[in-house]
Amino acid sequence: MAEKLKVGCARPTGGPVGEPVETKPLEQPAIVKKEVTSMIKVGRKAPDFEAPAYLKGEFVSVKLSDYLGQWVVLCFYPGDFTFV
Amino acid sequence: MSIDSVFVHKMWVDSELSKMVKGGVPFPMLSDAGGKVGTIYGVYDDDAGVETRGRFIIDPDGVVQGFEVLTPPVGRNVGETIRQIQAFQHVRNSEGTEAAPSGWSPGKMTLKPGPDLVGNVWKVWKTEMAFD
Repeated sequence: MAEKLKVGCARPTGGPVGEPVETKPLEQPAIVKKEVTSMIKVGRKAPDFEAPAYLKGEFVSVKLSDYLGQWVVLCFYPGDFTFV
Repeated sequence: MSIDSVFVHKMWVDSELSKMVKGGVPFPMLSDAGGKVGTIYGVYDDDAGVETRGRFIIDPDGVVQGFEVLTPPVGRNVGETIRQIQAFQHVRNSEGTEAAPSGWSPGKMTLKPGPDLVGNVWKVWKTEMAFD
């Protein structure tokens, strides 16, 4: 039976349930997941990136460094059609 | 920028945002599938699989001048972002001769850092100036 989801600002996600799937231990020592601690610092260069984008009816590719010479506000948000 | 595809961005603009902003969103709506860019910027929540509300001000040299990150249920203050950009622009144009004190907005006095100002800020800057 499908359960009704509480609608909030975070996008609902799922995950595996039930009996844990048995996984064979790796013969080699598992690579320790490197914690990415590249938190941005003020006064330092913004990491450059390229990403697909939607702009006024067109699908385009946007590179941050193309905006050198201009002020840029880069905003992240949880998802389209969320409420805030 | 969000983890949504450019197709979802288009549908959101067409079906909702264009009803709030005439002509739709005037700036690029970026897609960050997998949160790769968000991870580098420290705003991707890999448990929830979404970006948190991060906002970065980047100057014409590509240098981050300021950022703010909020959890999803509280929205940003756009006016405050604009005020910060105006302050950074003013300070930049002064080539380091002026500084924008707390509560500064265009038209308010700036400070001119130097030996004479040490210990004397209280004479020129009043606490009320921190508030609008």
